[in-house]
Amino acid sequence: MSATVAIQSKPKRSAEPLTEPAPVRWLLIGVAGLFLALFLFLPLAAVFVQALEHGVATYFAALREPDARAAIRLTLLTAAIVVPLNLLFGIAAAWAIAKFEFPGKSTLTTLIDLPFAVSPVIAGLIYVLLFGRRGYFGPWLDAHNIHIIFALPGIVLATLFVTFPLVARELIPLMQTQGTQEEEAAAVLGARGWQTFFRVTLPNIKWGLLYGVILCNARAMGEFGAVSVVSGHIRGLTNTMTLHVEILYNEYNFAAAFAIASLLTLLALLTLGAKSLVEWRTRRMAPATDEPKDELAS
Amino acid sequence: MTSSTHRLAGASAVAIAAPARRHRSVLPGFRLSLGFALLYLSLIVLIPLGGLALKATQMSASQFWAAVSSPRAIASYKLSFGAAFMAAAINAVFGALVAWVLVRYRFPFRKLVDALVDLPFALPTAVAGLALTSIYVSNGWIGRFLEPLGLQVAFKPLGIIVALTFIGLPFVVRTVQPVLQDLDHEVEEAAASLGARRWHTLVKLILPEMWPALLTGFALAFARAIGEYGSVVFIAGNMPMKTEITPLLIVIKLEQYDYAGATALAVVMLGASFVLLLAINLLQRWSARRQAGCTD
Repeated sequence: MSATVAIQSKPKRSAEPLTEPAPVRWLLIGVAGLFLALFLFLPLAAVFVQALEHGVATYFAALREPDARAAIRLTLLTAAIVVPLNLLFGIAAAWAIAKFEFPGKSTLTTLIDLPFAVSPVIAGLIYVLLFGRRGYFGPWLDAHNIHIIFALPGIVLATLFVTFPLVARELIPLMQTQGTQEEEAAAVLGARGWQTFFRVTLPNIKWGLLYGVILCNARAMGEFGAVSVVSGHIRGLTNTMTLHVEILYNEYNFAAAFAIASLLTLLALLTLGAKSLVEWRTRRMAPATDEPKDELAS
Repeated sequence: MTSSTHRLAGASAVAIAAPARRHRSVLPGFRLSLGFALLYLSLIVLIPLGGLALKATQMSASQFWAAVSSPRAIASYKLSFGAAFMAAAINAVFGALVAWVLVRYRFPFRKLVDALVDLPFALPTAVAGLALTSIYVSNGWIGRFLEPLGLQVAFKPLGIIVALTFIGLPFVVRTVQPVLQDLDHEVEEAAASLGARRWHTLVKLILPEMWPALLTGFALAFARAIGEYGSVVFIAGNMPMKTEITPLLIVIKLEQYDYAGATALAVVMLGASFVLLLAINLLQRWSARRQAGCTD
């Protein structure tokens, strides 16, 4: 007791700073800023500067070119197939994992993350081994004139694999923290299964769900390695936007390559914007439910 | 539905007396959701990966060994793992610094910078590779200043490290950031009030708290980097034995219809990934225990 009093009375206490001196602070901010500039901001700026280097007319001409339009269409089509499927899986997996207890649950959770540990190139390879000309089902598919590799189904499968965990991973922690009480109340009051989901669960998870979908979409449209292995790079037919960027780059058509790349970069920036928005929404909603302390603090 | 519901109900009969949360069988859709999730997981992930394992077992041991130990393969492992390690190390140092600056200091555009840290998650890897190449080539925005110093980045191993640093950047920042945010200010105040120098407080108090998260972030960045393909093929130059990463070698084998060779290399890479995944799981458990210990 006497010791505490002694320390408090020491004038030295307030002299010891709780943060670094201003010059050190600004030096650290400067070094961090320089690092981010070299690795993050400059590449970002480079995309737009080089896309518009030869003028707006060249930029839009590059986007209107038939092969570019075919690539954009293929990318949109792929995402339109992939995102709903992974969304459906994400909701089903999150519902089972967050709302029920069953043996093997943690194994299932680990398996859902598995595609993140696999190189995108291997994600493409496994489908080539199954459906490629010399793969397990290759001869059978050939005989029946079904094309999977070097065609749309292969591109969709490879993209499904690499974006597989994205929606589920957004939803599982969210639904776990929300527990089961509200759904149980709805069930006890006589709500049917789908009613419970759409009226009780969905409003609670909509922001996380939205971000999961947006992220899944961005990654589906931007996938390169896995798609590159299964696509066959047929111009105007099986080239997605990212593959088209590579072809243009290899042909030294830099302005056109950067024009397509700028569209994908805009998509990435929109995705980040959506993420900030969702985080802001959830933070605004959080204090009302479980953290009244934060409201006082802010 | 009924059999599993009954089993759950039976199991929870004891638990209901003590109000544990086991009466979950009121909720519908367990079999439907789990069944669909398992079916989809098997079709998209497990069966295709099983096909890879099957292909690998169909090779003879000597055939497998020859494929994974060719000089070209060995050179690609050295490059892939070496560059990934260097990039993860750079990210560990600068990522921790960025996290510290974002959590502790206030400066203009802080929120914007914070949001942009996630850019490598959202930006297609091919675009990242294209953009990085364009600024690090000898007449690029940064390359022109490095060229007189005798530093060539693009089309050299150094370029691969640059691309992998970009790809792994968010991992360290995003694992260290929450730890710094949750750090108890009182401990620092206590240290300061006891007369500890700021530098000592940082090294003796804050750094030990950061270690598990820092290591986790490093491992995540490393794991992500060894499999990376898109950004590297643009900047690497892709010379066999010199700047050819393992994923690219897999693609080359596939283009030559050497399915067995590609599979063997893929098995090596998957093995490394799974070891890392295990290490990351252990690290995360350690780090969670540390954080739980702090609040108790």
